[in-house]
Amino acid sequence: MSINATLIGQMITFTLLVWFTMQYVWPPLIEALEERKKKISDGLAAAEKGQEDMKLAEKKANKYLKEAKVESANIIALAQKRANEIVEESKNTAKSEGEKMIESAKAQIEQETQQAKESLRKEVSSLALKAAEQILQEEVDKTKHKDILGRTSKQLG
Amino acid sequence: MASEGGTTGYIVHHLTPLTVGEGFWTLHLDTLFFSAVLGGLFILFFKSVAEKVTTGVPGPAQNFAEMMIEFVDQQVKDTFHGQSKLIAPLGLTIFCWVFLWNMMDLLPVDLLSLISSLMGIEYLRVVPSTDLNATFALSISVFILIIFYSIKIKGVLGFARELTCTPFGPWMMPFNLLLKVVEEIAKPISLALRLFGNLYAGELIFILIALLPAFIQPLLSFPWAIFHILIIVLQAFIFMVLTIVYLSMAHEDH
Repeated sequence: MSINATLIGQMITFTLLVWFTMQYVWPPLIEALEERKKKISDGLAAAEKGQEDMKLAEKKANKYLKEAKVESANIIALAQKRANEIVEESKNTAKSEGEKMIESAKAQIEQETQQAKESLRKEVSSLALKAAEQILQEEVDKTKHKDILGRTSKQLG
Repeated sequence: MASEGGTTGYIVHHLTPLTVGEGFWTLHLDTLFFSAVLGGLFILFFKSVAEKVTTGVPGPAQNFAEMMIEFVDQQVKDTFHGQSKLIAPLGLTIFCWVFLWNMMDLLPVDLLSLISSLMGIEYLRVVPSTDLNATFALSISVFILIIFYSIKIKGVLGFARELTCTPFGPWMMPFNLLLKVVEEIAKPISLALRLFGNLYAGELIFILIALLPAFIQPLLSFPWAIFHILIIVLQAFIFMVLTIVYLSMAHEDH
């Protein structure tokens, strides 16, 4: 049970073992552990971020959807309005066109009436003149009584 | 086995190391051989893992190595609050090496010495931790590191002041010095003797059980072996933790 040179041998072995562990065993393993730890925490953070992003995207999509709905409703309303307007407009146009046609027809009728009246009057006046001429053939000189004849024809007209 | 040379002879035979040389220059070949082989196993295993290390999903070997590394690293982080590239690998080496030494204790006491006697080797003591040289080699190495770090961190003067002026102040200098020297010397001695004592006693009990009649032996050696599984891990753990504690004390400036 004596202390002897074995002690020195053991110390040398121990020193070598510690040196080797320090040099070649500990650093790569602890590095790998740290790296894995980092990887895992990064992964977790990324997952969390992804989830948050998804929530945000969902919110955005909902917002867009709502906006699109409102817009489409607006467009539909506008179109409806426009259609109504067009219908109204064409109605109005047709009405006014009709009125115009009626008007022009009326005017034409009026004109024709006027013409008929005129020709009738002329005929009447010439007939009257002829009659008067025949009656007054002898006494009345056309040139002498031009004034009277003119006045009469004017009164008839 | 009990027949050759009587009971005492059997015990003495089992506890006698294989030696070469005389006086101080005696070498315990069995201690040197087994501790070197076990150290080699430790190094080979960890080195092979370190070479193939991956940050992805680890295989079973890497898993085990990582478990050990994390276990030691946690111990170091818990006690030692400084920066040191040495302490954690030192702790791992001590823990694994001492554990492997102690594990030799679980081999049947007669197995290896029977094989070696067939090979013509007369004495063989297979458990390096039952050799005071082995345990003292560890603890003296640790002691040297304690002194080295004390001086490195605190400076020669700082370390001298700590030795002479604590715990009672400069007026009690000789008394302080005496206390401190005893305190420091006690560290390697208690480290080495604790490990040696536990394992030596354990081995002795295995030997004593082996002397009993064959039908009783399993009844006793089986529970003792189970109990011993606890002891060998515990002793390796204690050695490692105390080393870390002593070294962190050396790093602390008062």
